[in-house]
This record gives sequence, structure tokens and C-alpha cells, in this order.
Amino acid sequence: MSEINEATQRQEASGDTGVKAGVQKTEGAKRLRQLDMARSQFATRVRQRWAALPRWVRVATLLAFIAVLYGLPNLNIPFIRTESIAFSSVLFTCAVYVLVAVGLNVVIGLAGLLDLGYIGFFAVGAYSVAVFGSPQSEIATEYPWLALIPIAIALSMVSGVILGMPTLRLRGDYLAIVTLGFGEIVRLIAVNSSITNGQQGISQVPRPPGEIDGERIFGVVSARPYYWLALTVVLICMLGVRQLENSRVGRAWLAIREDEDAAELMGVPAFRFKLWAFAIGAALGGLSGALFASRQGYINSNSFDLLLSILFVAAVVLGGSGNMLGVTLGAILIAYLPEKLRDFSEDLPEYRFLAFGLALVVIMIFRPQGLIPSRRRAVELKDRQEEVTVGG
Amino acid sequence: MNVELLTSQFWDLTVTGLALGAIYALVALGYTLVYGLLQLINFAHSEVFMVGTYAALIAWGWAGLTQESPIPGLLGMIGYLVIGLIAAAVASGGTALIVERVAYRPLRRRNVPRLVFLITAIGVSVVISELVGVLTDRHRAGIPRLVERSTVISIGDFEITNVQLGVIVAAIAMMVGLDLFINRTRLGRGIRAVAQDPDTAALMGVNQDRVVMLTFLLGGLLAGGAALLYDISLENTRYNVGFLLGIKAFTAAVLGGIGNLRGALLGGLLLGVVEQYGSALWGNEWRDVVAFVVLVVILMFRPTGLLGESLGKARV
Repeated sequence: MSEINEATQRQEASGDTGVKAGVQKTEGAKRLRQLDMARSQFATRVRQRWAALPRWVRVATLLAFIAVLYGLPNLNIPFIRTESIAFSSVLFTCAVYVLVAVGLNVVIGLAGLLDLGYIGFFAVGAYSVAVFGSPQSEIATEYPWLALIPIAIALSMVSGVILGMPTLRLRGDYLAIVTLGFGEIVRLIAVNSSITNGQQGISQVPRPPGEIDGERIFGVVSARPYYWLALTVVLICMLGVRQLENSRVGRAWLAIREDEDAAELMGVPAFRFKLWAFAIGAALGGLSGALFASRQGYINSNSFDLLLSILFVAAVVLGGSGNMLGVTLGAILIAYLPEKLRDFSEDLPEYRFLAFGLALVVIMIFRPQGLIPSRRRAVELKDRQEEVTVGG
Repeated sequence: MNVELLTSQFWDLTVTGLALGAIYALVALGYTLVYGLLQLINFAHSEVFMVGTYAALIAWGWAGLTQESPIPGLLGMIGYLVIGLIAAAVASGGTALIVERVAYRPLRRRNVPRLVFLITAIGVSVVISELVGVLTDRHRAGIPRLVERSTVISIGDFEITNVQLGVIVAAIAMMVGLDLFINRTRLGRGIRAVAQDPDTAALMGVNQDRVVMLTFLLGGLLAGGAALLYDISLENTRYNVGFLLGIKAFTAAVLGGIGNLRGALLGGLLLGVVEQYGSALWGNEWRDVVAFVVLVVILMFRPTGLLGESLGKARV
């Protein structure tokens, strides 16, 4: 604190000659920067202390934390619990959103490709389970749920590759619009095609197998087993993505994101790795869609609004693209807040897109790196700021 | 595929497509202007258009034109058109300026990556459309009929109504005006200079901030014009009309060659017509899919569009 005070005093002393309004403005900005510095120093200290702990302590803490996550539906934490909607079902939504964010983070955060149509892959995954599994559907199969999930993943991956092939050669902002178009095409097909049954939708989507004492584990009423399932899937996927991130593939993605031409010159086949990022992202999106459909038991074309796609992007960007912890936080905020707000008033969720839009603008202007940024990304942004544009 | 429908109603579809395409083209100009200048996709432009559709409706309400009132006479109609045009243009132009000021200028100063611009633009567009959505309870608003439809030209199968003709002529007139402004005036020269080389233009004394504002204003005014034409021909609006129209206008801009003003006109008209043919062939519900498929196909085979992209680099 004393550092900050000193700095502001120095500011005041040196600012005397300037125009008053201007001085006030820069002073405010300086103070903000000081606070930010203090915050980042604090974060660094925490990180160092964490790294200095013995390995067994770290592992034990992590395991305890995971145990708490699994226990969440049974713990009665007063303020966090939602009253108007079953808490475990909110938790399930959060877990699905986190899975989406982890997948989208591969595309946006790691490879630097802005995908605005991610909902398309989510929908492909959800519809694969519904269309092949539900006895109502025209092309129903007898495959069990466990076989449908790999099919859903494969189909969304294929759709990712089909979309990626022609478009990944384009500049970033074109890609954004084309993916947006793709998301809308998928939705329109869902609305118009007879297989997906449009607004009427498909019910009797198969549920995960398993019985205890003659009762299904994954029933209609309780969302708890679904939450545990989704949490397990999320943890496995996070582990997998983390491994990828630290591998040759992850380094290639970072190189492409930072400078595609330079990466290509250094021998990174940019197109192939971008396609991989797209396919892996699509697979995770499809998987989350499949989980979503299995829990709902019923899907129709309204579940795949394009605004949801924008929300997914908002989750990644808000949290801090490129950082797994950041995007997880972003996803939880986006899934949890509207449900929590319902406790206070039924009308509030109506404003959620408005609020997220505002948050998106404000955060991008004041903190383009997100709430919990990836360290590398923050440095990149700082670098660019120093290359000042003429007249800009 | 319903080829018979296409051949039997060929002229009808063409004229409808042209009238719709003229509106796309006007909105596309907004994308193209900003892209030519800053190489940014101004994603919020679609909402600038949507605000215009409501502004004209509200202004008409104040002036006493409601759903129940009878269709006004010639003089009244011209009066209402002028009122609507002014309201829509002021509202859209103002919104465009606010968007530039709030969402883009702080970022331009800091030279952030281009994707950050796109994300703020998405944020702004969500804010605008949701704000209008909340204010209007997400209802569709009907727009009073201003012009009685009648066929003005009829040669064999080819028929065109007064509204369609008016929309096409008005849109082309606005575009010619813009073209003259960009090519013949001092301010237009400033825009071209910044588009060609911002740094050199700044050294030559062009105020970049002012040029950027002017460009956003121009785009907004044209979107206001498009909003008026949209109101008259489709006679309803909703908080989310901007989204689809925006994507189509963007497609039109890319089709003609983004950054190229005349390309936007060509792209808009072409897209409008292709969309109509597509909906005749595969059914109306697939109309929007046709537009997106066109976008993907163009980007695959000719990413620079039909006329090539440029605002300052080659010929405008």
C-alpha cells in the first residue's frame, strides 16, 4: 500500500504543470495501473508459494479440491446454493459449459482462431445422440448409449474438418463470419429437416446405462448422477488438453497464434495444426452437446440459438483465453449467474445477454487479456501496445 | 428441386430479389467502407441498421401515422417518407458514431490484435439488440402501410410494383451519391488517403480520427436509408432483424469484393437474386441457407470477391 501512496504523491508533484483535467485523468489511470501491479505481484507470490510446496501437499490439496467438487450437490453451502432450481441441475449446466469452454479454448485461446459458430458442433453432438438413439427418430438405430457417444464425437469432428478445410486458409476475421454462418446453417437444418423434426424436436433421447437395485442410475428426476458424469468427463478432458498444450502440438498452436507466417517459415505446417485445433475443439463441443442431450432427454431446434454461441465465446474471452483456469471461471460465471439471479427475480435472466454484452465490451477495453489471463498472452498484448501506431 | 417454379416465375423472382438486394447493398456499403479504411469487420453495423428501422417507425408514430390510419395521399406520403428518412438516418448515423467512440477508438489507440475488435463489436451489437429487445418486449412491430402497391411497368411476364421500383432507384441514387462523395470531395479524398496508407496520410495532415468518424457516419446514414426502404417494403421489424440482414449484407460485400464500393452494389443485387432463385428451387425455408452457402463458396474460390477488394489501393 505504501508504494502506491508514494507513487501517487510523486504523481501529484509532477502533474502541477499540466492541464488539470488531463492530470486527473492520467492520475486515475496511473493509480489503476499501480493497483493492477500490486494485484499481479500478489498473484505471483501465491503462485511461487504454491510451486514451493512439497509435491505430496500439492497433490493432496488438488485431490481434496476434486473431492469437494464431487461433493458439491450434497454440501449445503448457504449462499452458493440456488433455491428456485435444483442445485445439482445448475451444477450440471456449469459442467457442460466448462467442457464447452475447454474445447473452445483450444480453438480460440491456443490456436487463435475465432470460432463464432461453436454451437454448430454442440448441436451436431446433441443431434447425433438424439437422431440415432431415440426410437422416435426416422433413422433410429439399436446402438447403446455408450456407442452413440463416440459416434457423436466422430460426427462433430468430421463436421469440424469439413468446415475447416476450405475456411482455415482465410484471414482470421473472415473465418469468424464463416463459422457464424456455419452455426446458423446447422440451426436452419435442424429447424427444416424432417430428421431433426424442427421445433417439435425429438424426445426419448437415450440416457446413460446403469442400474442399482433395479432402479436406473441416470433417471429423469435427479441431476446428481449426470453432474458426476459430466464432472468426470470434464476432468479427463482438461487433463488431456493440458497434455496437448504442453506438447509439440501445443507449442505449434502458440507459434501459429503469435505469428503464422513466422511459424510456417520455422517449419510448422500451420494449416494442418489449425485443422487439428478445429477438429479437437469440435470433438469437445460435440461431446458436451451429447451430454446435454442425454440429460435433457428432449431437444429441439430452439436449444441451439446462435446467441448461445456468442455466450460461449464470451465465456472464453471473459475468463481469459488461453488459460484453462480462466476459461473455467468464465464458463461457470456464464452458466451460474443467470440461474442464481432467478432466486432474486424471475425477470433478471431476461437481461443476461445485455449484461454479458456490456461485460464483453468493458472487459475488452480495459482488460483485453481477460480476468485470469494466460501469462504468455498478456505479454503479447503488452508488446503490441508498445508498437504505437502513427496518428492512431 | 422445383425447377418449374423457377422458370415460371423467373421475372417475378428476379424483381423481388433485386429490390431485396438493393437493401443488402446499402447495408453492405457500411461494412465495405469501414473495412476498406480500417480492415475491420464492423459487426455492430447490423444493429445500426436495426435501430434505423425503429427510428422511422417511432417518428411516424409521432407524426400521427399508425397502423389504423388510412394510406396517406401523395403529398402526405412524401412528407412521411422525408420524416422517416431523417429519423432513420439520424438514429443510425448517431448509433454508428457512438459505436465508433465507445467500442473502437479506445482499442485503436492501443493497437490490439484485430480479433479483440471483433469481440468488442460483437459485444456492442448484442448490447444494442438486447436493449431494443427488452424495451420492445421482444415483440415484432408492425409498420403502417405507407404506399399502396400497384404495378407500374408491365412488359409481358415482367412486372414491377411502384415500391420495388422505388426501393431499387432510391438505393442506387444513394450509392451514386456516396460514390461521388468519395471520389469528388475533399473529405472523400481524405477517406481514400487514409485507406491507402494511414501513416502517410497522417503525415500529410489528414486527421485520422475525424476520417474514421466520418466513415462510420456515412455507413450509418446509408444504413438509415436502407432501414427506411426495409420498413416500406417489408412492413415489420423486430429487435433481431439486424442479425440475419447484417450477415447477408456482409456476404454481399465479400461477394463483390470487400472494400470496393461498386462491388457492394453488384454483390448485394446478385445475392438478393440468387437467394430468390434458391428459395424457388428448394423451398422458402432454405432461403437463408443459400446465402450462407454462397458466402462459404465465394470465400473458398475467390476470397477477394468478384471485383477485387480495395477502397484506396486501386480504383474505387
